[in-house]
Amino acid sequence: MALVEDSTKGRPSRAPFSERAWPVIATTLKTLGSIAVTLVGLLFITFIIGRVMPIDPVLAIVGERASQSTYDAVYDQLGLDKPLIVQFLYYLWDVLHLDFGTSLLNARPVSEDIARVFPATLELATLGIIFGVVLGVPLGVLAAVRKGSWIDQVARVVALVGYSMPIFWLGLMGLLIFYGILGWVGGPGRVGIFYVDVVPSVTGLILIDAALDGNWDVFKNAFSHIILPASLLGYFSLAYISRMTRSFMLEQLSAEYITTARVKGMSEWNVVWKHAFKNIRVQLITVIALSYANLLEGSVLTEIIFSWPGIGSYITTALLSADMNAVLGGTVVVGLIFILLNIFSDLLYKVFDPRAK
Amino acid sequence: MNAFNRLLTGAAIGLAVSVTSFAAFAETPANMLVIAHRIDDVTSIDPAESFEFAGSDISRNVYSRLVNLDPMDLAAGYQPDLATSWEVSEDGKTITFTMREGVTFHSGNPVRAEDAAFSLQRAVMLNKTPAFILAQFGFTPENAMETIRADGNQLIITTDKRYATSFVLNCLTATIGGIVDKETVMANEVDGDMGNTWLKTNSAGSGPYTLDGWRPNESVTLSSNPDYYGGAPAMERVIVRHVIESASQRLLLERGDIDIARNLNPEDVAGASSADGVVISDELKGRLMYLALNQQHPELSKPEVRQAFKYLIDYEGMQNSFLNGQYTIHQNFLPATYLGASEENPFTYDVEKARELLAAAGVENLEIEIGVREAQERIEIAQSFQNSAAQVGITVNITVGTAKQILERYRARELDVYLGAWGPDYPDPQTNAGTFAYNPDNSDEANATGLLAWRNSWDTGGLTEKVAAAVTEGDRDTRVQMYLDIQEEFRETSPFVVMFQQIEQSALRDNVTNWSTGQAVTSAAYWQVTK
Repeated sequence: MALVEDSTKGRPSRAPFSERAWPVIATTLKTLGSIAVTLVGLLFITFIIGRVMPIDPVLAIVGERASQSTYDAVYDQLGLDKPLIVQFLYYLWDVLHLDFGTSLLNARPVSEDIARVFPATLELATLGIIFGVVLGVPLGVLAAVRKGSWIDQVARVVALVGYSMPIFWLGLMGLLIFYGILGWVGGPGRVGIFYVDVVPSVTGLILIDAALDGNWDVFKNAFSHIILPASLLGYFSLAYISRMTRSFMLEQLSAEYITTARVKGMSEWNVVWKHAFKNIRVQLITVIALSYANLLEGSVLTEIIFSWPGIGSYITTALLSADMNAVLGGTVVVGLIFILLNIFSDLLYKVFDPRAK
Repeated sequence: MNAFNRLLTGAAIGLAVSVTSFAAFAETPANMLVIAHRIDDVTSIDPAESFEFAGSDISRNVYSRLVNLDPMDLAAGYQPDLATSWEVSEDGKTITFTMREGVTFHSGNPVRAEDAAFSLQRAVMLNKTPAFILAQFGFTPENAMETIRADGNQLIITTDKRYATSFVLNCLTATIGGIVDKETVMANEVDGDMGNTWLKTNSAGSGPYTLDGWRPNESVTLSSNPDYYGGAPAMERVIVRHVIESASQRLLLERGDIDIARNLNPEDVAGASSADGVVISDELKGRLMYLALNQQHPELSKPEVRQAFKYLIDYEGMQNSFLNGQYTIHQNFLPATYLGASEENPFTYDVEKARELLAAAGVENLEIEIGVREAQERIEIAQSFQNSAAQVGITVNITVGTAKQILERYRARELDVYLGAWGPDYPDPQTNAGTFAYNPDNSDEANATGLLAWRNSWDTGGLTEKVAAAVTEGDRDTRVQMYLDIQEEFRETSPFVVMFQQIEQSALRDNVTNWSTGQAVTSAAYWQVTK
C-alpha cells in the first residue's frame, strides 16, 4: 500500500475518470447535436424548396395525359393532401428510421440508388483529389520558392487554364484525343460493356471490388475508364490547390523566422519543407478538404460527358424531374459529406497545430 | 450546353477528326447490339404503367401482345402476335381472340387466354396513366372482370358500344397491351397491388427478349429468348447505355464501341455522316409542333385571322435552318405513317396573303401573347413567328415558362396563343382526331382539359360528329377516307396551325441492318436487327 502511495508521490494528482471524460462526452454530444440540427435544417429547407418549385410532382409521375382519377390517386398516395408541415414530419420520421422513401421516378428505394451512385462519385473524387494534391502542392511550393521563374509562370498558366477552361469542353477534348484518337484510355462509362457486373459488388468501388476479386482485367479496364475523368477533376483541383499553396508559402517565406533560418545556414530544403511548409499545413488542409467536398458533391458536367453514374447527375436529374425523395436523400448525403469533412479537418488541425488542442 | 458551345465542340471534334484518324478501331461482337440512348425517362417497365419512350422500347421487346406491328412492315398495320385470329360479333361489340398454342413465358409458364385476360383486366383495374387507352372502350375497374374474360383458349372482350375493329386492335398494339405472366406477377403481389411494385423493375413477358437488368440512368440489358415463338433473335444480347451527351455518343460510335447512337444533335449528325463506317437513318416520329389560337379572343376567332396565321409561318425557312434534320413540314393532325395520314401541306409562307386576310377581317394593331415552354427549338419557332407577325402589324409578346406554368394557363384557356408539341398516345388515328377535332361540350363547365379543341375554346362544328363516326366505322378503307376528309376541313377551318413533324435521326455502324425506331406508331424493335 505504501508502495502504491510512494509511486504517485511528486506527480500532479489526476482528476477522476468521470471528470476527465465529461468534456469529451460533452464535446461529442455537442457535435452530434450540431450535426442533427444542421441536417434537419438542411432537410427542411430542401423540402420546402421542393414543394414550392413550379414543378408538379404528380404530373411528373403520371404525365399530362393521365385521367383525373389517376392524378388524384397519385396525389393522395404522395400525401400531398396533408399540410406541408405534416408532410415534412412524416418524412423526417421515415428518415430517422433510415427510410428515404422510394424514388418517384424509378420506383426503387432512394437508399439503394444512393448506395449505387455515391461509390461512383467517391471513387472518381478520391482519385481526382489525389491527383490534385500530389501534383498541386509541390507545384505551388516550387512556384513560391522560385517566384518569378519559369516554373512560377508555368504554374500560373496551368492554374489559369484550369480556372478558365469550360470543363465540358476540356472533357470532350480529352475524350477525343486520349480515347478517340490515341486510344490510350477507355471511353464514357465506368467500365467496358464486357466487364459490367463481372466482379461482385462489395464496396461499390469498381477498382477495389476488382482487386478484392483478384480480377485484374476488370481492374485495368476500370482504371482505363476512370483515369481521364479523374485527371480532369484532379486538374481543376490542382489549379486551386497550387495557387493557394503558392500564396500560403509566399507569406511564410517572407517571415523573419525563415530569414533567421537561412542566416543560420540551414539548407534550403529544410527551410522550405521543415519550416515554411510545416506552418501552412493547417491552411492547406482546409483548402484540400473543401476541394474534396466539392468533388464529392459530384461534378454534373463531368458525369454527363463521361456517362458516369454519380451523385451529381443523380440529384440534378431528380431535381429536374421533381423526384423530391431522391433530391432530399442526395441532399442528406452531400450535407453529411461537408459535416464529416469539417470534423475531419478539425481533427487534423489538432494533430498539426498544438495550439488547437 | 448552349448552342454556341455545341457548335464549338462540334467544330473542334470535326476538325480533329478530319486531320487525323482514329486509333485502333474497336468493334462490338457480331451477336451483340450496343445502343447509346437517353434512358432517364424510364419510370416503370410495367406495361400497365409504362408510358415513356425509353420504357416503351423495353416493353416492345420483352412483352408480346395479342396483335402487334411488324417493324419490317409498319405500314401493314396490326398483325397476329399472341392471338392468331379474331372474330367480331354481329353487333360489333364483342371480339373473340384465339390464342397461339405452344407459346411460353420467359418463366417457362404457358401463355394462356387467362393470362391475356388478366393482363388487360389488371391494366384497367390499376388505373395507371395509360389506362385511358382501354377505358375509352367502356372498360372500368368495376366491370373489367365481366367485359374481359377468358374461355378456354379464347379471350373475349366486350366493349360498351360498337367501335371500329381497327381502332380496338390498334390500341392493343400499344405498350398497355403487353401480356404478362399471371402466375409470376401474382406471386409477387404486395398489399393487393397486382404485382405492380415488382413489375415496375422486373419483367414477366414472352417476347423476343428477356430483361436481364435495368439500372436507372445507367443501362438496360436484354438477352434473346431462345424459345421465342418467332425464332430466337440474331442479336443475342442488347445493351442500351445511358449516354446523355451527343458528342460522347458520337465518339463511342465512331470508335466502334457502340452500334447505334440515338441522340445526336444536328451538328453531330452532320459530323458523323461523313465518318467512315457510319450511316444515318431518318425515321418520322409522332410529335407534331403546332400553334393554337384561343377562340375566346375576339380577333383570333375570326376565320380570316385563323387563315392568316397559317400563312405567317416560315415553314421552309425554319425547316432548313435551326430545325434542319429534326423536323419536317407537316400541316395535318395525323402524323405521317399513321392510318389516314394526309400528305397535303397547302400553306406556304406568304406575308401578302396574310395581310389581305387580316384586312378582310378588319384587324389592325393586334397585340397577342404567345405562351412557350422553355425549350430552345420552341422559343426559336416563336421568335420566327414574332418576326413574321410584325410584318403585318401584329405585336407578339412571347411568354416563356416552365411546362407547368405554361400548361396550366393553356389548360385554363388563358393564353391567346400556345406554341407547343403533341405526340400521339397509341397507334390509331383517334388518338389525335379525338383531341384536335373533337369537342362535344365547349362550355367552361365541361372542363375537358384533355381535349386540345376545348383548351382553345373551339366549337369544332360538324367535326366532332365526324370524328365520332370515324371511330365506329368498321371498314378500314372507308375509315381512312373519313380521316382524310376530316383533316381537309380541319386544315381550312381550325384554329390550329400544325407546322412540323419530328424526325428521329439514328447514326448506325454500317454493318447494322433492319434497324427500326418504330416510326410514329410504335417503339424501337431489336429482334429483326442483324449485323
